[in-house]
Amino acid sequence: MKATAAGRLPMGQPLLRVEHLVVEYLVHGHVVHAVSDVSFDIWRGETLGLVGESGCGKSTLGRAVLRLNPAKSGRVVFAGEDLTLMHGEKLRRMRRRLQLIFQDPIASLNPRRRIGDIVAEPLLIGGVRESTERIRRVRDVLGAVGLDPDVTMRRRPHEFSGGQCQRIAIARALVLEPEFIVCDEPVSSLDVLIRAQIIDLLENMKARYSLTLLFIAHDLAVVKTVSDRVAVMYLGKLVEVGATERIFRRPAHPYTSVLLEAIPLPDPTAKLPSVPVGEPPSPLTPPSGCRFRTRCSLAQTRCAAEEPALSEVAPGHFSACHFPLVA
Amino acid sequence: MSAEPLLSIDGLTVEIPTARGQLRAVHRVDLTLAAGGTLGVAGESGCGKTMLSRAVLQLLPRNARLQGRVMFDGQDLTRVVPKVLRRLRGKSIAVVFQDPTTSLNPVLTIGQQIIETLKVHLGLNGAAAARRSVELLAAVGIAAPEQRLRQYPHQLSGGMRQRAVIAIALSCEPKLLIADEPTTALDVTVQAQILDLLAREQRRRHMAMILITHDLSVLAGRTDEVAVMYAGRIVEHAPTTLLFADPRMPYTQALLAAIPKIDSPPHTPIPNIPGQPPDPTRRTSGCAFAPRCRYAIERCHGQEPGLSAPDPRGRRHACWLPLMNSPQPRATIEDAR
Repeated sequence: MKATAAGRLPMGQPLLRVEHLVVEYLVHGHVVHAVSDVSFDIWRGETLGLVGESGCGKSTLGRAVLRLNPAKSGRVVFAGEDLTLMHGEKLRRMRRRLQLIFQDPIASLNPRRRIGDIVAEPLLIGGVRESTERIRRVRDVLGAVGLDPDVTMRRRPHEFSGGQCQRIAIARALVLEPEFIVCDEPVSSLDVLIRAQIIDLLENMKARYSLTLLFIAHDLAVVKTVSDRVAVMYLGKLVEVGATERIFRRPAHPYTSVLLEAIPLPDPTAKLPSVPVGEPPSPLTPPSGCRFRTRCSLAQTRCAAEEPALSEVAPGHFSACHFPLVA
Repeated sequence: MSAEPLLSIDGLTVEIPTARGQLRAVHRVDLTLAAGGTLGVAGESGCGKTMLSRAVLQLLPRNARLQGRVMFDGQDLTRVVPKVLRRLRGKSIAVVFQDPTTSLNPVLTIGQQIIETLKVHLGLNGAAAARRSVELLAAVGIAAPEQRLRQYPHQLSGGMRQRAVIAIALSCEPKLLIADEPTTALDVTVQAQILDLLAREQRRRHMAMILITHDLSVLAGRTDEVAVMYAGRIVEHAPTTLLFADPRMPYTQALLAAIPKIDSPPHTPIPNIPGQPPDPTRRTSGCAFAPRCRYAIERCHGQEPGLSAPDPRGRRHACWLPLMNSPQPRATIEDAR
């Protein structure tokens, strides 16, 4: 396992590579096309923001990357090793290096257990047998996320607020010192001030533990704040990927533009966000060609006939549109 | 403001006995709202904004103790008999809650739920109520309303469900609509659609609205005035443009600063304040925000600031050291330390 440690990887290889990933479910005999042929890379030390509306498949994608959802086809390569081919003990060992933080911090903690045990659980599963060692590491990580171990460890989740529960969930994800964390809407259920605290904490933890993050969120302002690059997902497909500043300043895909226009600005003198039309169609029967065409103001006949591939519109900036907004 | 306001809340205090002591949810709140006006109420979870709206609707927990008056359209809602209250609720005062899934009855179709409201409050017969339901669903932007009426809530998306809830709320042409975090559970795209829908229907019906949220950016451009609540009290109340441009209360400033800026480069730190709101069952001396306030001086910890009388531009604040846009008062603060 140690042989594949980060430093030994050849230069120019991403920490995580997702290739042609497809995830489908069966619901009442119908196929839900949750993730359809998605490919992207995440580089070590980077935060990739993944945005899209509810039901676009972003959480399914995040879980499939960690192999918590079975993929129908495609590959997930982490640190040079194909996760999709791993089983049993090898997969379990690999999982220590990959963690997940959920949206609802209260529901993600077992209400019957004490915080000390909740945070120690990954260590127990990870084979840290010495209880003094486990306690030392739990205390360290609780301190790192801004909680006092002396008052926290013996209490249970209901004694904490949503923001504190998210700190505990972050501590649990960090205790094995992973390299990569999927953060699935980690601040969506939090108030503005607590949200700012947790974003700040995630940024600090990222530096302290040298983390690489896949940050899933529907709030574009939050994604802008934490991400180096952004991937935009629509109905199971990636429609745009690129550097954060570039995507926000010069979006190439009409859907990205629609999302950006919908953001409410904290300024009463600014013009109100423009209203996008309609809602995404059902992933049971995605439209032919470009899946966004049914809501796109620029759609033409070609968009229904031919599916646009993700192609480079500028260096490092990819968009899947026949008529990109930037030439 | 010269005419009698539609809603006038005077000295409203709501206390709820709990195992840990008296929980003071709302404390000495004064507010007025003119017919057709829009008031935003902002604050963190537990600041009392939902309890304030429930006090207006008289939907408080049974053991809650209420002081003060809630005058609506010439009647004190804290004193009217339940029969009158039932007639007002849903008819003159309607409400839209955060979670459309729990506000709809899962075992009744959307149609049954709208038609019931129309029959009870407006006395329409079945056919007229059915016709009106179709119009209402169409008005809130639901395509194919005849089919939607026959569907159950679980067959609709979150955004569609919230539209159906709004259709029910608007069905009796209320004079006041209370929208409590109506878009918090929804995507940005749907949020913009729902907020626009509320604004359009409000203008069309000359309906007053109280829009409650923790996210001040939702209130920008969509409200006439904003009241910021903290620990059950109003700590700042001002016309919306003034509140955003020139907040007086450090808490308002903190709420505004904590909104991630879309035009800042990635990894720009978000200005933030530590801590969390005080436990509402504990009595504190002084300003409830003082423990988190970076400007707090001794007086703030010892003496509770009252809400000031409105200044010439209509703003009120509860702060011993209100922020000013000019540099001078900052120096005064340094002296006061």
